Amino acid sequence: MSNRIRSVFENGKAFLPFITCGDPSLEATEEMVYAMAEAQADLIVLGIPFSDPTAEGPVIQAANARALTGGATTDGIFAMVERIRRHTVIPLAFMTYANVVFSYRQKGAGEEQPGGIRAFIRRAAGAGVDALILPDVPFEEREEFALPCRENGIAFILQAAPAPGERISGIVQAAEGFVYCVPAPGVRRTEGMEVLVRQIRQEREIPCVIDTGSFPRSEADSLARLADGVMAGTGVVELCQRYGKGSASHVRDYVRRKKEAIGIL
Amino acid sequence: MSKGRFGIHGGQYIPETLMNAVLELEEAYNHYKEEEGFNRELTELFREYTGRPSRLYYAAHMTRDLKGPKIYLKREDLNHTGSHKINNVLGQALLAKKMGKTRVIAETGAGQHGVATATAAALMGMECEIFMGEEDIKRQALNVYRMRLLGAKVHGVTSGTATLKDAVSETMREWSNRISDTHYVLGSVMGPHPFPTIVRDFQSVISREIKEQILEKEGRLPDAVLACVGGGSNAMGTFYHFIEDPGVRLIGCEAAGRGIDTAETAATISTGRLGIFHGMKSYFCQDDDGQIAPVYSISAGLDYPGVGPEHAWLYDTGRAEYVPVTDEEAVDAFEYLSRTEGIIPAIESAHAVAYARKLAPSMGREQILVITISGRGDKDCAAIARYRGEDIYE
Repeated sequence: MSNRIRSVFENGKAFLPFITCGDPSLEATEEMVYAMAEAQADLIVLGIPFSDPTAEGPVIQAANARALTGGATTDGIFAMVERIRRHTVIPLAFMTYANVVFSYRQKGAGEEQPGGIRAFIRRAAGAGVDALILPDVPFEEREEFALPCRENGIAFILQAAPAPGERISGIVQAAEGFVYCVPAPGVRRTEGMEVLVRQIRQEREIPCVIDTGSFPRSEADSLARLADGVMAGTGVVELCQRYGKGSASHVRDYVRRKKEAIGIL
Repeated sequence: MSKGRFGIHGGQYIPETLMNAVLELEEAYNHYKEEEGFNRELTELFREYTGRPSRLYYAAHMTRDLKGPKIYLKREDLNHTGSHKINNVLGQALLAKKMGKTRVIAETGAGQHGVATATAAALMGMECEIFMGEEDIKRQALNVYRMRLLGAKVHGVTSGTATLKDAVSETMREWSNRISDTHYVLGSVMGPHPFPTIVRDFQSVISREIKEQILEKEGRLPDAVLACVGGGSNAMGTFYHFIEDPGVRLIGCEAAGRGIDTAETAATISTGRLGIFHGMKSYFCQDDDGQIAPVYSISAGLDYPGVGPEHAWLYDTGRAEYVPVTDEEAVDAFEYLSRTEGIIPAIESAHAVAYARKLAPSMGREQILVITISGRGDKDCAAIARYRGEDIYE
């Protein structure tokens, strides 16, 4: 695991904005990454677009579609990250779907060059990516991804949702970097998350990150107070949808505001 | 390696938020599949409500015409609701009821699975919501009406290509939003474990009956069994009890659309490669970046970019063969079976009939070929008429 991932939670409560790469273009994404770094984001989650993002709501689904229509490719995104790394040490995570990693083939590498998980992860590590999040890979399926990640110094981030204690305990023991806490459906979502974070902390000292975007304001605040880091799944994406190529300054202001708000909670 | 594997295929590639639901389902299924009361109730429903066993019909005219093996048709089209889908749906709806669920949701392509699910929900007094691509809603207006008539709410899906794969994605999303009272009645031998196994088990009644019926009629097993493959549920049901009988060829007929050398195809095993999607590792039509390909077939029920993991494994081991059949060949077979036997097959099933016409002349007269007619073709008449350049009103 890289030192950059360890640094994410060292300066108080962390803010982790998410952006879909290539929405509307990779140049625009690169510019927004610099804006977010300048605004003191603690880690930037770079979404690699997928044709069928089964775990996403309409906002991020639309962003994925815009990015793919705009011509974003996995190789193009690797090249973008390589450029970004020449300018900033901000911690970076990739978030995408299992098939983007599993079916990866480097362009022009030829049939004899094996693609797949290992090739993707080696390339990501080389480009300077610190963590990988795959929403459609649960605890049971982690090994084929987590093992090559470990070998290449990338933290494979596990998700935890409200579940029987035994399951949470297994996830927390295997977790690296931080635990990404996701809500279970139902009427007591907030309460469920509070219990989950308590369970995780009893098990092990490891940062808990919550995406508070889907909670009502007051509940989002109380969850942010509880968490070590707050992920914003849709905040930046909504700005991209609204301002397109001219989003960078809006994104900078947004991240600055969020970071401040989280800091005084 | 995780649970629910068929060789390297299968598994449970789903968000953590759905894991509780599939674990609960697996536990319930393992309990009820052995329970006498559950099996008695299901058998009773199959017999009295669906009309099972379905007939194994000797197609004398087709046999004479093709000058090859004796041809039998397994008549799943005669089931209540008009297709094999009801076998799986009654099993899952009964299971959901035992689990205390009061609401079922399902995806549908051609509408057959949606109609079957809406039917079972009406029968068992459950709330029902169906997710269907907007494109398919346009193509299958009659089935949309049938679902509403049966009391289901039909949601149009506009994301992606607005077809079956998008309907599956949307139903998975809906399930992760509401699990406690809701069961997802997945329609094919696909998705995360335990669905491929559950659906195969409920559909395996097809091959169990074929075996009994052919032994009674002919005193021996068939030389080949044929079925169409989209996700692959009627084919898995047709193959299952013959897997251990090496003398029986298992042949799955995929939808090649306008041909496997074009982009407008849905023949996954012929044109796809290994991937991970919709909860499973299997073969998928996809591009170099792992983006799922928009697929095409005249048949909305076979218009899916993947195939069930057990089929992928039967292909890997060489136990089953998978062949592509084009729109044109399927439409010809649709008309052929209507005229020779007076049976209008679903356009999906017509893919299997089409390949039988190619295969039969190379087989001996003493041999036996069984084709599963997975559904009836009433729903397809308007579309086939359009394909032939004739506009009719439904």
